[in-house]
Amino acid sequence: MDNGTHSPLAARGAARTIAHLWMILGVIIVAFPVYYVFIASTHSVQTILRPPLPLLPGAEGYENYRAAFSGEIDRIGGVSLWRLLGNTTLIAVGIAVGKIVISMASAYAIVFFKFPFRMACFWLIFITLMLPVEVRIQPTYKVMVDLGLIDTYAGLILPLIASATATLLFRQFFMTIPDELLEAARVDGAGPWRFFKDILWPLSLTNVAAIFVIQFIYGWTQYLWPLLVTNSNEMNTIVIALKKMVSFADADTPWNLVMVTSVLAILPPILVVVLMQRWFVKGLVETEK
Amino acid sequence: MRRTVFPHKLLPWLLLAPQLAITLIFFYWPAAQAFRQSVLREDPFGLSSQFVGLANFRKVLNDPAYLNALQVTVVFSVLVAFFALGIALFLAVQAEKIIRGKGLYRTMMIWPYAVAPAIAGMLWLFMFNPSFGTLAWPLRQLGINWNPLLDGEQAMALVVAAATWKQISYNFLFFVAGLQAIPKSLLEAAAIDGASRRHAFWTIVFPLLAPTTFFLLVVNTVYALFDTFGIIHAVTGGGPGRSTETLVYKVYNDGFVNLIMGDSAAQSVILMVIVIALTAFQFRFIEKRVHYG
Amino acid sequence: MAHIQLNDLRKSYAGQEVIHGITMDISNGEFVVIVGPSGCGKSTLLRMVAGLEGISAGTISIGDRVVNDLEPRERDIAMVFQNYALYPHMSVRENMAYGLKIAKMPVAEIDARVAKAATMLELEPYLDRKPRALSGGQRQRVAMGRALVREPAAFLLDEPLSNLDAKLRVQMRLQIKELHQRTGQTTLYVTHDQVEAMTLADRLIVMNKGVAEQIATPHEVYTNPASEFVAGFIGSPAMNIFTVRAEAGVAVLPGGQRLPLPGLPASGEVRLGLRPEDMVLVEAGTPAIPVVLKSVEWLGADAFGYGVIEGSEVLMTLRLPGNTVAKRGDRLHVAAAEGRIHLFSPATGKRL
Repeated sequence: MDNGTHSPLAARGAARTIAHLWMILGVIIVAFPVYYVFIASTHSVQTILRPPLPLLPGAEGYENYRAAFSGEIDRIGGVSLWRLLGNTTLIAVGIAVGKIVISMASAYAIVFFKFPFRMACFWLIFITLMLPVEVRIQPTYKVMVDLGLIDTYAGLILPLIASATATLLFRQFFMTIPDELLEAARVDGAGPWRFFKDILWPLSLTNVAAIFVIQFIYGWTQYLWPLLVTNSNEMNTIVIALKKMVSFADADTPWNLVMVTSVLAILPPILVVVLMQRWFVKGLVETEK
Repeated sequence: MRRTVFPHKLLPWLLLAPQLAITLIFFYWPAAQAFRQSVLREDPFGLSSQFVGLANFRKVLNDPAYLNALQVTVVFSVLVAFFALGIALFLAVQAEKIIRGKGLYRTMMIWPYAVAPAIAGMLWLFMFNPSFGTLAWPLRQLGINWNPLLDGEQAMALVVAAATWKQISYNFLFFVAGLQAIPKSLLEAAAIDGASRRHAFWTIVFPLLAPTTFFLLVVNTVYALFDTFGIIHAVTGGGPGRSTETLVYKVYNDGFVNLIMGDSAAQSVILMVIVIALTAFQFRFIEKRVHYG
Repeated sequence: MAHIQLNDLRKSYAGQEVIHGITMDISNGEFVVIVGPSGCGKSTLLRMVAGLEGISAGTISIGDRVVNDLEPRERDIAMVFQNYALYPHMSVRENMAYGLKIAKMPVAEIDARVAKAATMLELEPYLDRKPRALSGGQRQRVAMGRALVREPAAFLLDEPLSNLDAKLRVQMRLQIKELHQRTGQTTLYVTHDQVEAMTLADRLIVMNKGVAEQIATPHEVYTNPASEFVAGFIGSPAMNIFTVRAEAGVAVLPGGQRLPLPGLPASGEVRLGLRPEDMVLVEAGTPAIPVVLKSVEWLGADAFGYGVIEGSEVLMTLRLPGNTVAKRGDRLHVAAAEGRIHLFSPATGKRL
């Protein structure tokens, strides 16, 4: 966004200072909940339960995180923090990669080949936009049971990798590839696989990165689906595990460890978004076109 | 359609096979089942079922609990959309007034997008927990009897706050993009015509932003309807006393907790109609947007 | 290097025939230009030879092989596209080497060929650049280089110069001519620009609406156009063509004047074609076409007069000497130079 040219709305003097103040207030509101849980994760249970919470990190941070990683979470949730992070990463990466693979393959077929029912296939994929999990919960669950996919990684990943938006985005991008580029490649002797590998894939990389970021977040933040198709604690994602740990009526809840788990549930996707910001913004804006 | 394509006949089907298989097994088949079940009634043991026509729909639409969920959903969606759009637009306009540090502000604004809705709900509950929430404490000091776990309106306020908080980043990015697309010359012309900044905003910027706003309105409505399930499930569980039970939460609850299949299916079909209407609306509108440039 | 044979080549789209049976032998090393207005089917014809368009009927042979059912890569051809179609993510070197790499040529051989082509096209300083860092003319040369390194049986070029500015176009045209003379490649070149066509071609195919109106050397096409279309298309400014009535060896002009012409049929209407540069001014009184000038454009070395045949609305363009004093309103008497009269059938458009 800092592209050198000033926005047409750019203000001068005092107006600009006021704008800065509003932005700072906005950032505080937006960032505070995350900061709050981070601070809480560095204090003892006693400090957490005695409001107000100090505004600065406490001294128990190291101890809290060490305890969380070395078995304390197993004791509360029945599964180790490592396993939770591993499960969630596997699912998020699995969904993101799966979506990219199958939607790229479909878009490639639809754009670069001519075959009967080509547009029918496109619409078939497109219409799934209108069928989110929420509107077909019960029967989809039954399919999972019938296929024996409850409490499996396949069950957590497969149904979520169909993607109308990613297919649309790749299709849109593939259509911008000039005909002559494909013709030149064919004259040069490239078949479908070489054309894809040597030309289309390198040109698609920014789109792939953008979709990866968006879909990684999508996978990491899944809630309803894992809630439905997992029973065993071993298969929990970190989000589900956190929900199970938080029992607000229970005075014995080890809040310091809950806060540590919260931080670890939030941190990876935030890092992905912040570090891959350029692709994230591109992916967000373009998948919604 | 491209001028040149590969001549292969079988290969495209192989490429499409995975996506088609997944959509057919996990999307079309279950959706068709939802339609089928919505016109059947099963006995409690699931051993037999009979065709009941639209009886399930009639029952659902006459159920006070369903009408309550409908009302909760409308209130929740309107509040979330209004605050999430309003705050994001205000901040986007402030951000555009700034010349240096915009990138930093943006980086700080986009985090909540990455936070799972359920966790967003829990974060807000931590802060406003009646027994140890740091922000609940000043409310109590002010003499407010703050307890979102018992008071329906306070519970609604809490889930609306969490849902709004999470959606601000998304709207902010789109409003910033929308503002940057407004031609500088238009505002310069307005300035020369003697329009004040405030006047220029409401007569030029805001109308030109209308396509972005409409688009976000649809997206925010879909978000409030569906993606906030995690917030409600994790924070209030629809309570206290159904005061935060939305349509999606009720489908889940009836289908998995209360195990009323026919009703749940009928509710699914109603939701499907809502999604189709929203999507159709969005696409009609996107087609128009092309004309407006 | 090879000869190419087109035998009654036809192409239909959805039942609509767009190429109506073209037959031609292109000999080894020949430079053939396909020229015609846009939509005449010239690019389609080239792309059929390349294998990028299917063939509805007829055959194409390259060398002694019928290639109808072969993929482009199996036809041993190379092609230069109008927009160059360089791979944007590959360097100049990689762009040129790509086809050879696919053909699994040894690396040393690839390097040698790329180096040779780069030298020929003066591209050595740019070998490691990406296409976006090159000027239009350089990109054009890379596209040429990518075709050259293949050392194919035939070289196909589809309007390769039309994206360049006028000055660069002349430069590249000369370079293409020189390259052809150096390599002796059989070349098929599509253009809508008649100057390119006339200067580059050993032989021309003038196309109109999917039909080869004439296949001949540039000289032959210019001096003996086979049809009214060819006559009007080749030559600048365009040939003056109008209808006259034949009466016993005398042509009755649109203005009613009578002009004795050799070669006229005994009676009926006929289309008479006269090139602006083929007319001479004659004294009043000798049999001539009276032209009333509407305007004169002076270009330096010569001038063009635009007018109408007296007593009619038929427009005439005349080439006048550079020192002419003719001006608007003047009445000039012109006659066709010896042997420079073209007569066409009004019914078929064919030369009589």
